[in-house]
Amino acid sequence: MPAGSGIPVVVRIQREDFDTAAETASLCAQHGRIGAVVTFTGLCRDEDGTLAALELEHYPGMAEAEIRRICEEAVERFSLEGIAAIHRFGRMAPGESIVLVIAAAPHRHAAFDGASFVMDYLKTSAPFWKKEHRADGSTGGWVEAKDADDRARAKWRK
Amino acid sequence: MTKLVYFAWVRERIGRGEEELDLPGHVKTAGDLLRHLKTLGEEYEMALEHENVIRVAVNHEHVEHGETIEGAREIALFPPMTGG
Repeated sequence: MPAGSGIPVVVRIQREDFDTAAETASLCAQHGRIGAVVTFTGLCRDEDGTLAALELEHYPGMAEAEIRRICEEAVERFSLEGIAAIHRFGRMAPGESIVLVIAAAPHRHAAFDGASFVMDYLKTSAPFWKKEHRADGSTGGWVEAKDADDRARAKWRK
Repeated sequence: MTKLVYFAWVRERIGRGEEELDLPGHVKTAGDLLRHLKTLGEEYEMALEHENVIRVAVNHEHVEHGETIEGAREIALFPPMTGG
């Protein structure tokens, strides 16, 4: 388990934006075994100009706990040397970043798989919900969960 | 008393984000809780109408509807998640 193993697991839930370069440098500092780093950033789309903003609601406490559980599983499963997951909440305009995942490993396949695994689990298990605010001023309602996300997660079952 | 917290459209339909409830002894599983809440008023009926899509977490961990909620300090009800 990552706890006590010295492998950095960084999980943050925050309103403010993040700095991918700074987070990557911090995660990989003084880890000579890292030969590959994959970063994934999820952004708010404008949905062909119809979307003004997304409002991200989360369950404080559980959001961090759940993402930490997912990250720790990824470290163990892919023998990662470091993992970071930062998820924002609050109101986000198109083009703004929502989520950042950084997976570091000795070689590239583990880093790609680690980042992909964390995102697939995070989408379906981390307690966040998106509400749309339309460009015409109306509230577009809550974004519905997609079956494709459940299938993406299912492919990781051993 | 058990603390219940609600999120997204479950919160909107019930009309509050959290409350403390005294749960009767026959409410032993997450599914029992959903069925019990639906007897408390039409806002709960509306929020929990499609019972099978409602997700339940006990003390910050996901549970299936058949799992026990005994010993829960905090129970959360919410729709399928759409983060990331």
